[in-house]
Amino acid sequence: MTTTTEKPAVASALETSDRVVSHLHPEPSYDLADHPVPKGLEEVWRFTPLKRLRGLHADVEFQPSAIECTWTTPDGVTIAGVSGDALEQWRGVSGYIPSDRLSARIFAEVGSMLTVDVTDEVSEPVVITLSGSDASVVEAGHIAVRFAPHSSATVVFVHEGPATLGQLVEFELGDGAQATVVTVQDWTDDSVHVGRHTARIGRDASLKHTAVTFGGDLVRLSTDVNYAAPGGSVELFGLYFVDAGQHLEHRLWVDHNQPRTNSNVDYKGALQGDGAHSVWIGDVLIRKIAEGINTYESNKNLVLTDGARADSVPNLEIETGEIEGAGHASTTGRFDDEQLFYLQSRGIAEMDARRLVVHGFFADIVKKIGVPQIEGRLMETIEAELALHVGAGEGVEVGEA
Amino acid sequence: MAKLEITDLHVSVDTEDGAKEILHGVDLTVDTGQVHAIMGPNGSGKSTLAYAIAGHPKYTIVSGQVTLDGVDLLELGTDERARAGLFLAMQYPVEVPGVSVANFLRTAKTAIDGEAPKLRHWAKDVNGALQNLNLDPSFAQRSVNEGFSGGEKKRHEIAQLELLNPKFAILDETDSGLDIDALRIVSDGVNRFSGQGDRGVLLITHYTRILRYIKPDQVHVFVAGRVAESGGTELAERLEAEGYDRYLHTATQA
Repeated sequence: MTTTTEKPAVASALETSDRVVSHLHPEPSYDLADHPVPKGLEEVWRFTPLKRLRGLHADVEFQPSAIECTWTTPDGVTIAGVSGDALEQWRGVSGYIPSDRLSARIFAEVGSMLTVDVTDEVSEPVVITLSGSDASVVEAGHIAVRFAPHSSATVVFVHEGPATLGQLVEFELGDGAQATVVTVQDWTDDSVHVGRHTARIGRDASLKHTAVTFGGDLVRLSTDVNYAAPGGSVELFGLYFVDAGQHLEHRLWVDHNQPRTNSNVDYKGALQGDGAHSVWIGDVLIRKIAEGINTYESNKNLVLTDGARADSVPNLEIETGEIEGAGHASTTGRFDDEQLFYLQSRGIAEMDARRLVVHGFFADIVKKIGVPQIEGRLMETIEAELALHVGAGEGVEVGEA
Repeated sequence: MAKLEITDLHVSVDTEDGAKEILHGVDLTVDTGQVHAIMGPNGSGKSTLAYAIAGHPKYTIVSGQVTLDGVDLLELGTDERARAGLFLAMQYPVEVPGVSVANFLRTAKTAIDGEAPKLRHWAKDVNGALQNLNLDPSFAQRSVNEGFSGGEKKRHEIAQLELLNPKFAILDETDSGLDIDALRIVSDGVNRFSGQGDRGVLLITHYTRILRYIKPDQVHVFVAGRVAESGGTELAERLEAEGYDRYLHTATQA
């Protein structure tokens, strides 16, 4: 006769809402008093220059919008501005409860929302363009996107022009939904953007989310993901190009709160010029209940000139021993002399060699986005950025044949 | 014309303890249409010679001259040397992630020729060059050297040699790490190149094995940073039998 000392399997499966003691993830609350104004020493704020936020982290008054919002509406998608009583159906549609002061203020103060309802399998992308006109106007916006069960669509956000924006974007993925989201931050260099994308992934649903950040004096974009049921899968991709004086910050937070869920995070950035600063924070939490999950996160930075700084911090918190796979990688480096020598030894001029290396560095992420309309624009923007410091190309085609 | 002349070449490399001279006066001339082999023990400076001629930033030319058809190569940047007709097949080809072989080859060809290759012929040329080296056409879509096997890297180097068709090729231990079939395929490529008659080849090798497939006009024994002895293929046969001991002993005494 043998005795077993193991807990029956059902016991651990029942622990669904373990509270996690982590300084990185403040307790969610609608109450503004639970989210004091950050002072800059807090772990989640210590990389961000608060002085340049124009009060978005504190209590600056939200002014009437100076951002023009336009969109395309393919069949199977309903897009509408809502206000008044209708807000109740949409606010917090992803299960999100404010995790910082800005989000709590948006819940409390912003009286209208843009809502996107995907009810079918849609092949043509939804493109939502937010075009700013005045960076001295401080404003806040709230967008919600709902993917019905088994629906699929691509939603692209393009941010351009001058603006100072505090933003919350929610994504609710029904069971089996397949969502592709691209958010492009191509603001003018006097803009400030503090944004949060938060997504809840239904059973066997999948989200491919790509953040692309080029423009803005300061952009701080947080992307949160959690799961409503087992079997969900997310890919979070990003690329950024930081120029002199810019602060571009991306914060990822994947909460593996369900078993057999997957996440893959891959961000790449290039930096050039004095005071260029990138911050990448990749937090992954694997809760006790989340057995059999798979996660990998990677951040690579290419520093093109002196005077630029890349902060890259992957965090993996694991509370169960029963995981399929978990890992992370972070690298920051300069041009590889051996790569340049190899290309130059084939007759390729130094500048063209550098451009090839940078294109190659970004190419795999660009290919993964899966939205052809965006890929062309991205390669053009990368090209323009490279012309600033690395030099314009002379007769070299860097695209693929 | 493809005449490479190396005259009293001294080359140093920067180390933590300051500059260290590795080449101590190399004299060597390879005439148009000839294939010369350089053989020598590990650490004799063979690869340094190759990389210094190609212009690797790690090496400093202390003194001496290298000319290709009278053009002073040492005055030129690495890319300009390539455009002047020099090619270096590397012992350890470098990975360039995200840059496809097709894009790389077209960019290099455009740089060397000063104009983009004609599309119609180019695709055929690339496929032909890959096929010659027993590389699948899908190879063109892979990132340069990324995930290539040792043999694929070397065959890719020789495919470049044939496509770019320079005046003069330096092959740095192209034979190392190749199995017998790959060695024959690579050697055939080199022979097609040199068989054009007006090209030159400097074949750096550690072993005599490749000399069964590529017949050199001259063999140079390279020891302690200079040419210790030159001769015909019989010199290679003697090395095969006796090894480098005789030269090493002399070098230590010197």
